[in-house]
Amino acid sequence: MKNYIFELKEGLLISLRAIRANKARAVLTTLGIVIGIASVVLMSTAIKGIDNAFQKGVSSLGSDNLYVDKWEWFNNDVPFWQLRNRRNLTLADYKKFKELAKLPVASAPTVWSNQTIKYKDRTVEFIFIQGTNDDYIKTTNLNFSEGRFFNEIESNGGRAVCVLGSEVAKKLFPRGDGFNQEVKIKGHKFKVIGVLSEQGSWVMGNFNPDNQVFIPIQNVFKYFQNQNFRSVTFNIRAANSLSVDAVKEEAIGVMRRVRGLKYNENNDFSINQQEALLKTINQTVGVIQIAGLFITGLALFVGAIGIMNIMFVSVKERTKEIGIRKAIGAKRRAILGQFISESAIICLIGGMIGLFIAIILSLIINQYLPTSIQVDAFILAVVISILTGVISGFAPAYTAAKLDPVEALRYE
Amino acid sequence: MNIINIEHIAKIYQVGSEEVHALADVSLKINKNEYISIMGPSGSGKSTLMNILGCLDTPTKGLYDFKGNNVSQMNDNELAAIRNKEIGFVFQTFNLLPRSNALHNVELPLIYAGVSSSERKERARIALDHVGLSDRIHHRPNELSGGQRQRVAIARALVTQPSIILADEPTGNLDTKTGEDIMALFNEIYELGNTIILVTHEEYIAEHAARIIRLRDGLVEKDEVVTKRFVPNKNGASKA
Repeated sequence: MKNYIFELKEGLLISLRAIRANKARAVLTTLGIVIGIASVVLMSTAIKGIDNAFQKGVSSLGSDNLYVDKWEWFNNDVPFWQLRNRRNLTLADYKKFKELAKLPVASAPTVWSNQTIKYKDRTVEFIFIQGTNDDYIKTTNLNFSEGRFFNEIESNGGRAVCVLGSEVAKKLFPRGDGFNQEVKIKGHKFKVIGVLSEQGSWVMGNFNPDNQVFIPIQNVFKYFQNQNFRSVTFNIRAANSLSVDAVKEEAIGVMRRVRGLKYNENNDFSINQQEALLKTINQTVGVIQIAGLFITGLALFVGAIGIMNIMFVSVKERTKEIGIRKAIGAKRRAILGQFISESAIICLIGGMIGLFIAIILSLIINQYLPTSIQVDAFILAVVISILTGVISGFAPAYTAAKLDPVEALRYE
Repeated sequence: MNIINIEHIAKIYQVGSEEVHALADVSLKINKNEYISIMGPSGSGKSTLMNILGCLDTPTKGLYDFKGNNVSQMNDNELAAIRNKEIGFVFQTFNLLPRSNALHNVELPLIYAGVSSSERKERARIALDHVGLSDRIHHRPNELSGGQRQRVAIARALVTQPSIILADEPTGNLDTKTGEDIMALFNEIYELGNTIILVTHEEYIAEHAARIIRLRDGLVEKDEVVTKRFVPNKNGASKA
């Protein structure tokens, strides 16, 4: 046992010496591993960041939610022209639905409109205005940094009040003093009664509450668009994930009544589900993951080939040294260990440099996309780089270990 | 006591379709504390014999018994172990590790023998002291003269206290004066009770030994005891 330790120590010592003796070569060789490890680490953290963001986005929408809509969100069972020819869902439909549906914890109508919002000389364009009622807040997991959502009276009365998403608030009120101010949406005055805290679901784009403004639904029809211009979506929340199916069944039945469909008519509405969204997201993330890891793996593979190449050169150059060591009693495993540890050390050094670069790059990228390097990235870098070194060093080390001492000693 | 017992060994190389008998049929016995020269012109098979005696290579035919171990049947790792424990090599070109200092070079066989670091250093120092280099232990080979390098190599050969010391043209790369110093050192080692096998093609070097084995065409031509051995004194100046 102690032989192994002494041999390993000698192997490490000699490898460090060999690396120091060929600095330029070691640096160039290591470069491949540096790039490989940096890209693997960056890619894995980026994928994790994207995945986290998706999950966060979904959970901010509420994971036990159903959406009754004219449109089918994810499946393409129904041809587009049929979807387009469906009657719009209206606020009147919603009222009937709410009366009849007993199972949902809460339900709210939503309709959107794209508008410009102003405060004094500041303007933010193309804001996703959500018209809804006071029940909306019960169908989501939103929380507030200031103020509150509009109540039943404000909602039913179509008061000129609004709730700002955190990004919108930041753009209009950089100093964070938006609460209780009056903003203008398409020239109409609205009082800010609430500001959301950051939900962080940036991947959702316009569907990210951070980029949205909420107003009572009547106001959308009064100021921005005709009742029939856009179909209304009903957000329905089930009590928990177990009751989602029951809520869906009931919703289908209720909607058929609301729409007055005969037994032989197809549904002219769709019940959309978070689950479908999650499935799509997981598929997307999975594809990104495979593609990303394949590409970065390729970079690492190229680096490993470089290491293998240089190790073969190193073995060739040190044939004489191998002969001397074997003559004075080094066994095969000692020579094998020496060269494998040399290649592992080169890769480990490269891996650490790569990790360092990845950390710096991720700090820069973090300004735009949320990435975070965690302890597991460190472990990943160490394990992968040592593994790369051992694998790519094995073949050269094996040829070294197998050398005939007589031949090796004669080599000049 | 017999250390080495060789019976009818042959080494045959296949060169193309032709068989080359580097060693045709050699038998030898070597006792403890012998001082032997192996001589012969090039192509006589002395290098091959040295490689086999040094357990760097195994014979194609015949028996090689080293202190009761059948070397002819050993595999790579077993040969390495026996080289490590029983044989000290001294080469014409010194064969030191260029990037390691004298101390580490001498330590090397002990590393492969699994000796602890402190004991290794201690034993390597003693061996270097023995060859008169205690003030050069941190020098690298390129900072040493040829004679000093060969002394480091001799210290490396001695450090494991091997059964035989195998020297292949140890003075071949040295000037006459330095060569004599090295031969004086070998004599000293021999007088301390070690067994030395010297491979050379120079008559006056061979005459330092007590027995000369002459090879020709892969056979022992002559195995003679030297009557008038050349004994150098400790200062390196020769005396008859």
